[in-house]
Amino acid sequence: MAALAAVTLLSVAACATDEPAASPSGSASAATGSGTGDQSKFFVQADYDAELALLDAAPTGPADKPWEQVLNPTMVDTAKFKKNGPHKICFSNAALNNPWRQVGFKTMQAEVEAQKSRIKEFVHVDAEGKDQKQIADINDLLGKGCDALIVSPNTTATLTPAVEAACKAGLPVVVFDRGVNTKCPVTFINPIGGYGFGHVGAEFVSQKMKPGGKVLALRILPGVDVLETRWSAAKVAFDKAKVDVVGVEFTDGDPAKTKKIVDDYIQRYGTIDGVWMDAGATAVAAVEAFQDAGKPVPPMNGEDQLDFLKIWKDKNLTAIAPTYPTYQWRTPILAVLQILDGKQVSSPWKLPQPTVTQDNLDKYLDPSMPPLHYAMCGCTDLPGYPQRWK
Amino acid sequence: MQTVQPRSLPLRLPRVRPGGVLPILAILAVLVVLVGIRQPDFLAPPSLMSFLGRSAPIILLAAGQYFVIVSGEFDLSVGSLVTAQVVVAARLIDSDPARTWPVVLLLLAFGALVGLVNGLVTTRLRVPSFITTLGMFLILVGAVYLWSDGAPKGGLSEEFRRFGRRAFEDVPLLGRVPYALVVLVVLAVAAVLLMRSDFGRTLVAVGDNPRTAELSGVRVWRTRTFAFILSGLAAAVAAILLGGYSGVSFQAGNGLEFGAITAVVLGGVALGGGRGAVVGAMLGALTLELLFALMNFYGVSGALRSTVQGAIILLAVAVSATRSSSR
Repeated sequence: MAALAAVTLLSVAACATDEPAASPSGSASAATGSGTGDQSKFFVQADYDAELALLDAAPTGPADKPWEQVLNPTMVDTAKFKKNGPHKICFSNAALNNPWRQVGFKTMQAEVEAQKSRIKEFVHVDAEGKDQKQIADINDLLGKGCDALIVSPNTTATLTPAVEAACKAGLPVVVFDRGVNTKCPVTFINPIGGYGFGHVGAEFVSQKMKPGGKVLALRILPGVDVLETRWSAAKVAFDKAKVDVVGVEFTDGDPAKTKKIVDDYIQRYGTIDGVWMDAGATAVAAVEAFQDAGKPVPPMNGEDQLDFLKIWKDKNLTAIAPTYPTYQWRTPILAVLQILDGKQVSSPWKLPQPTVTQDNLDKYLDPSMPPLHYAMCGCTDLPGYPQRWK
Repeated sequence: MQTVQPRSLPLRLPRVRPGGVLPILAILAVLVVLVGIRQPDFLAPPSLMSFLGRSAPIILLAAGQYFVIVSGEFDLSVGSLVTAQVVVAARLIDSDPARTWPVVLLLLAFGALVGLVNGLVTTRLRVPSFITTLGMFLILVGAVYLWSDGAPKGGLSEEFRRFGRRAFEDVPLLGRVPYALVVLVVLAVAAVLLMRSDFGRTLVAVGDNPRTAELSGVRVWRTRTFAFILSGLAAAVAAILLGGYSGVSFQAGNGLEFGAITAVVLGGVALGGGRGAVVGAMLGALTLELLFALMNFYGVSGALRSTVQGAIILLAVAVSATRSSSR
């Protein structure tokens, strides 16, 4: 009897884990039925499974400092990089072209200031979103006597050779945010990632909305890996929950376009029962579209940008905010200092990726900060807070 | 088949002349019928009012673009001007309601100034307007980027946003009338009156034949510069309404210049100037928006919008070219 139960349990578990695997390849009818279309070609089942497992993993490190925490650490030796300080640290930055990167970079600058006894010089070069400029930037920095190099790559494949060249120059290299296709950096720092983000939002929306209701999915643009992973995880969740995804639209991250699209869908279907978004910058525009049309705002997800958290609280929305935390900009500074001390660091360095929920909303919502600030900056203990971020 | 039919058509509709508003009215009527069949609710006052309200910015931009095009020039800078205005407004207001009106005035002045520069560079320095306004487009994009470090800062006050977002509630028959629609109607009437004035006639004459206009005592450069200023002002008002509608955004004005030019051409206004009515241009914008709404109702992907817009420009210009050559 017990054996039978065990077998049944096992097969149920197997079904549960197999289901996402089946949907991208086999069950075309199920996919079209729920309106989510074909699975993204960026979808990698193993990565998806790994990220979803990390969502439940317990991090090591101080609980009140998530930027120092690591999920499933694997330590690497860094004794060969040990060097006496104070150090000159160089940073090749992909871009500063959105509020997320602005908040992140300010946080990084504040961390540098907090460590000023150990950092004599911090050199920052902004590649302005151009691969070619960043390749040249990295090359230039190699001739500037940096003790360590931090890289936030603009694109993965194109920047790989430049990062490899930097590794060959012998200085410790730390990559964060977007990755590169090489293991040569000492460590790669990033949060759990896009599958986790997309999954959290989609699962919440499909659980909170009325069964079989209509979902509108809003994406920024196609073909970018970090955004494709978010959508592909959401697609798996929506297919599984058998909700009716009536539209998957691209907003270009433009609030005006978002508001028009949402308004169009409200006009076309009379009502929308759930909204999923792959990034939060336009979440407020989506909320306003419902308000201005005189409709209740359905369950939805946003991100940890304060304008959304504020409207969530003020209007008592049914919402959730998965995050891609800006506190990850603190970690590279801490990592290079540890490496230059010859202390072990984890590689890869997976940071926890907290979610803002109804229960912890008040903790993250600081109405005195500007609307485009990101709550998950982990910056309240840093020098110059809050003025630096205003 | 009755091959005589086309020949008798001009006789029956003697008013169809190049630049007239009848063709665009006909297209608009067809679209209204199609929308009415597919989504009758859309024509009910609440959704119709909200549609007209959110179409107000592009209609105003089309009117502004009309002044420039009918005088024989182009204004490609309006899209980036709208973006610049929205970003500037957010940063200057910084969510402080008390700064709303001063910033509104400043935006209007800024729009007029950009128009003035466009106009003077085009007419006095004799740089083709295509290049002048393309240069202005790039200057504004770069300046906004530099000034804001690539991401918008600050925020718009609710007082500022109400122009584009709020409405007169409980109006008899119509229900909810957006402020944006009222602004649009007032400015549309002003534009029509302006085109009926001496200035309007001069503007068309300048576009039709600048040399003749010059010889008959018109200061062509001044007239054209004024047209650019009007376009800049229209962009300022559009920016106030758009910023109000959707809030701060770095993409607020993306592609609006092409939307406006498409609308003007669709409205029967000849590129190169001299022919067409401002009402036609505004109806062109309305038609374009209605077409997009219709595409939405039929579930056509939003990604096709720019393709449709491009096809309309080519088609409308080709049609108007054939018509004018047979003049």
